[in-house]
Amino acid sequence: MEKKLGKATRDAYGQALVEIGKVHPEVIVMDADLSKSTKSVMFAEKFPERFINVGIQEANLVGVAAGLASCGKIPFISSFASFLISKGFDQFRMSVAYSGLNVKVVGSHGGITVGEDGASQMSIEDIALMTSLPGFVVLVPCDEVSTPALVWETLKHPAPVYIRTGRPKTPVVHQKGTEFKIGKGVRLRDGKDLTIVANGSLVFESLDAAERLAEEGISAGVIDMHTVKPLDTDLLLEEAKKTGHILVAEEHQIWGGLGSAVATFLARKHPCKMGFVAIQDTFAESGKPEELLEKYGLTAPNIIKTAKKVLGR
Amino acid sequence: MEKLSVEQLKAKSKLIRRHIIEMTGAAASGHPGGSLSSVEILTALYFNLMEFNPQDPQWPDRDRLIMSKGHGSPALYAAMAESGYFDPKTLISFRKLGSPLQGHPDRKKLPGVEASTGSLGQGLSFGVGVSMARRLDKKDYYTYVITSDGEMNEGQTWEAAAMAAHHKVDHLIAILDDNKYQLDSSTQEICDMEPLTEKWKAFHWHVQEIDGHDLKAILNAVEKAQKVKDQPAIIIAHTVKGKGVSFMEGNNAFHGVAPTPEQVRIALKELE
Repeated sequence: MEKKLGKATRDAYGQALVEIGKVHPEVIVMDADLSKSTKSVMFAEKFPERFINVGIQEANLVGVAAGLASCGKIPFISSFASFLISKGFDQFRMSVAYSGLNVKVVGSHGGITVGEDGASQMSIEDIALMTSLPGFVVLVPCDEVSTPALVWETLKHPAPVYIRTGRPKTPVVHQKGTEFKIGKGVRLRDGKDLTIVANGSLVFESLDAAERLAEEGISAGVIDMHTVKPLDTDLLLEEAKKTGHILVAEEHQIWGGLGSAVATFLARKHPCKMGFVAIQDTFAESGKPEELLEKYGLTAPNIIKTAKKVLGR
Repeated sequence: MEKLSVEQLKAKSKLIRRHIIEMTGAAASGHPGGSLSSVEILTALYFNLMEFNPQDPQWPDRDRLIMSKGHGSPALYAAMAESGYFDPKTLISFRKLGSPLQGHPDRKKLPGVEASTGSLGQGLSFGVGVSMARRLDKKDYYTYVITSDGEMNEGQTWEAAAMAAHHKVDHLIAILDDNKYQLDSSTQEICDMEPLTEKWKAFHWHVQEIDGHDLKAILNAVEKAQKVKDQPAIIIAHTVKGKGVSFMEGNNAFHGVAPTPEQVRIALKELE
């Protein structure tokens, strides 16, 4: 499948913030000294009076955001997902989730496509952590079309939201103008034999895999499950009943990610054969993003291999 | 609400202490020591210094109080009930299933609670956010954060301290209930944070030190802190853990252990 690179999702986020800032005076953007990387700097340049850089202090970042939210502001707070989610976790638990406050959390540099910086900067457990907090919506958009649309959607949802963005430029998979709703997956390809449920960088790989599987006579559907929580259980059930074979692909630890969420649901409602393409309980390392995706099996060839295993072929 | 005089505040403090003993006694759990040490601070704030409306807990111009030392919830709840937020009869439901009076304050369950606390070190950051929202909204209410010597151990406290001063956040008044003890032992023994005054001054805060049981001193210090511009203020209030009950004063056994029915009887007699 032809790979047409678009913007990185972090760039799409930064641009969406600027547009939101123009019409939402209650939006405050905050960062912990990584605004040039998370792209919240775009907002800072336009609206300096509504931008707060707290310095390198993630716990305080979350707490200050909660205080602002308690007064009706809508803070969008950003840092690298690895630092923000791990170091701010108890603050997300207490000051945001338990408190029921409208804070939007955007972790950039999600997954292993961070590349050369290595494992310390890679967030592969953020989805597990954030889905464990009651009331948090968790989103993993895949491209420059879905990211801004979903960032705007979060404004209709006055509750805590976590959005993971990525560092590298990513292929555009969605048509401009596609409608995105929190909790509603997007069927990108219809299939009869197997359904691949993916998010983030694995959506393109899944489409690529489905195209190649078709050449071998296997009909695979692809869902962009950009919302991990709340999960689109209607769509999942429909797909499980139709194909009976579900493969989940994500740039995350196999423990506690999209795969776990899908399996927990299907085990109760419609058990079927499943496969999982994810990071297999290990930390990654330094390297080029494409080398890392290859080494850790987050590619179309591995999706194809796993699909065949699930189908018993 | 009518501002109480120092003499009236003294009587109110005794009533709050009685509630704390009755609540923790009835719950057979809770933190009487650190609740009793903060009584004068909360009494001065709720019955003289703060402006709020219990009939409209979300009144946008209200002064805010954040009980960062969330285990002091009995003192907070007693002050809120006596201020008219809810019927004091509800106090006895403290820590019981279905009660709005959770073990530690829950803003979703009890209107008037500004911040859900109980995981130490988070209240000051929350207060900084509230006061920054105030500045953006061009309002002039005050944000009070009740913190503790134990909370000085937490890294987040110092993140918030540095950041609030850097951003010149005023109308933010932290009151440190310095009762000299944390759970395991004296603060000096566990993780000595002294000299606190010098530390806060080095973080560019306006610092005052007072006797935290002297109501007049509390009123004066808060009024002085309210006038500080372009700088956050902290009042280090030296207090006695378990204050007001002879066998609890300075006795860290009552940090997180409730009085027995017999101890409740004796304590209430002392507080007549």
